[in-house]
Amino acid sequence: MRSRLLGMMRKEFIQMRRDRITVAMMLFMPMIMLSIMGWAINTDVKHMPTAVFDQSRTPESRDLLHAFTNSQYFNLDYYVDSYEEVTRLIDSGHAKVGIIFPPDYARLLKQQRATQVQVIVDASDPLVATSAVNTANAIGQVGSLRIASEMLQRSAGRVPPSTPLDVRVRAWYNPDMLSAIFIIPGLLGAILMQTTITIIAMVVVRERERGTLEALIVSPLRRWELMIGKIAPNVLMAYAQMTIALIFGVWLFDIPVRGSLPLLYFLSLFFIMGTLGLGILLSTLAKTQHQAMQMSYFIFIPSIYLSGVLFPIEGMPPLARTFAYMIPLTYYLQILRGIILKGIGMSYLWTQFLVLTAIGIILISASILRFRKKLG
Amino acid sequence: MPDLDRDAYAIVTKGLTKRFGKILAVDHVDLTIKKGEVYGFLGPNGAGKSTTIRMLCGLLDPTEGTGYVLGHDITKEPERIKEKIGYMSQRFSLYEDLTVRENLDFYASIYSVPNGIKQTRIEQMIQMADLTGREGQLAAHLSGGWKQRLALGCSIVHKPQLLFLDEPTAGVDPVSRRNFWDLIYRLSEEGITIVATTHYMDEAEHCDSLGFIYQGRLTAQGSREEIKANALKGGVLEIDCEPMREATQVVEQLSGVAEAVRYGNTMHVVIEEGGPSPAEVETRLTGEGIKVNRAELVTPSIEDIFVSFVGLADRRSLRAQLKRMREGGV
Repeated sequence: MRSRLLGMMRKEFIQMRRDRITVAMMLFMPMIMLSIMGWAINTDVKHMPTAVFDQSRTPESRDLLHAFTNSQYFNLDYYVDSYEEVTRLIDSGHAKVGIIFPPDYARLLKQQRATQVQVIVDASDPLVATSAVNTANAIGQVGSLRIASEMLQRSAGRVPPSTPLDVRVRAWYNPDMLSAIFIIPGLLGAILMQTTITIIAMVVVRERERGTLEALIVSPLRRWELMIGKIAPNVLMAYAQMTIALIFGVWLFDIPVRGSLPLLYFLSLFFIMGTLGLGILLSTLAKTQHQAMQMSYFIFIPSIYLSGVLFPIEGMPPLARTFAYMIPLTYYLQILRGIILKGIGMSYLWTQFLVLTAIGIILISASILRFRKKLG
Repeated sequence: MPDLDRDAYAIVTKGLTKRFGKILAVDHVDLTIKKGEVYGFLGPNGAGKSTTIRMLCGLLDPTEGTGYVLGHDITKEPERIKEKIGYMSQRFSLYEDLTVRENLDFYASIYSVPNGIKQTRIEQMIQMADLTGREGQLAAHLSGGWKQRLALGCSIVHKPQLLFLDEPTAGVDPVSRRNFWDLIYRLSEEGITIVATTHYMDEAEHCDSLGFIYQGRLTAQGSREEIKANALKGGVLEIDCEPMREATQVVEQLSGVAEAVRYGNTMHVVIEEGGPSPAEVETRLTGEGIKVNRAELVTPSIEDIFVSFVGLADRRSLRAQLKRMREGGV
């Protein structure tokens, strides 16, 4: 019956509106979370501990090292005598950057031939890595230009190699250089998941705690009307939250939205339905709002780590990857990053769409069934 | 079950039973509740009152037995039943963050009250509950009596044929309790059948018919007059004497005395049919050196009657339980 469902939805909206703190939390959380992340990411990481393995030990190599020091990004804390020591320092975390000069560095430059300097960056911390890599590259290019012009002056006609100094930057542990652009869409998915699960679980448990659920069950209100009545307003709330996060991400971090927004909103629906179903399922297990809250964290934490919000799943051990593919957030992140960053369309996202739909149907049916049992 | 029964009665159950694991919460209860009457379902907490009501409302499935509510099988047609009944639980089931009007509006819509008459109905409820002027107040800000009347309004906004009240007066002050029962009479006059559970024995006076439930079993059922007339044929003797403790011990030894309990400053002696007369009891007490100021037959209280239906072994604990609840309540 339409009036029952509408009545239920109207009631949920009024209650939501009256619960100002929760609404404020839901809407401000994406802003706060994104700002914190953004603030951390945007801070230039200076004075990174650096290990130097200078096999050349010449004025030329010291020249380039000066450029590194002057940039203020690198503190040349360790001068070592082997490649292994560089590795050890980076592995142990004592150094974040390693600079390695070949033995023939000065000789090759003097012979007006190209040479290579290797810069190793511990990229497991993307924040460190971004600044280190960019700076090292810049230093390399500036150095290269300077050397090239010197060579030109000296060569009198002979054409020197176009880039005599090649600073090769290698990012270890995180070769894809994941950063804000990678993390923000992930964060959006994570925030959406956490709030939808928690809020709906709390809202349903509150009805049970206060005894109003009993009144709903005795009424002619059907179980599905009750469910949809609870879910629909929360879907809208989730959309509001998502929109705020997107606007914020674009405004603050220049996240490029390359794909179709309508497609993103459409596909998001299936993810949200799943998380709301999960929230209702939790509400049938939890006796108090407090328990519901804790349970939602119990789901949230592994989801964050396994779904690839922070680390790409490709880098995970096989067992973790198996778990990752059991988590709805994993698929949603692929949709988010795919549409926002890569601009891909539906044709690439069928798998994710079907998986999310299946998970959503399973979770919502399970929650309806479980709901019936609980009161029957 | 013959069709005839189903039409004449609002509720008929046969062997209605509910087990929770090993616990027998409701033990083969046969209820017969006539249409239009106010039926009081009496028993201490945990006796099985609420569980029975919940089965009748379709909140719980019975483990065994059958039940018909307004002619519908409780296990087969719970949805038909739900449309025709109202239910008010002791927790009042109000949304504290909704206003008076919003609560009524919500319940009206989930009971599919047609839009055309919804507003009139809501106004009626506000008037009935004496909430005029408070329509915009949040339910959370109402005091106990008002909450209770609003909850009643919410449970009858769809004009049910049958109204279940589960401990409707628990935790409400005596004045509000009386006002509430006045409202119930008015509903009853409109033809609504009312089934109310209560552990306040004195509220039995408000009911046309009574059912006593103890430890899941229906120990007695019938119209109030019937029960009063048939129960306690031997009568209840009120004795004012000193010292009370010794007197109680003496009286309890007498054959034909079911129990002797302190009742305020006096002692109530429940005498079985063919038991000793008041004079005999008095003589015996005086013989033991006890000073008897007064000994006379009194009308048995509902509590005395209730207790008399319970096996001798359980009477003392039941008395204690009822006393606790009497004092625990308002």
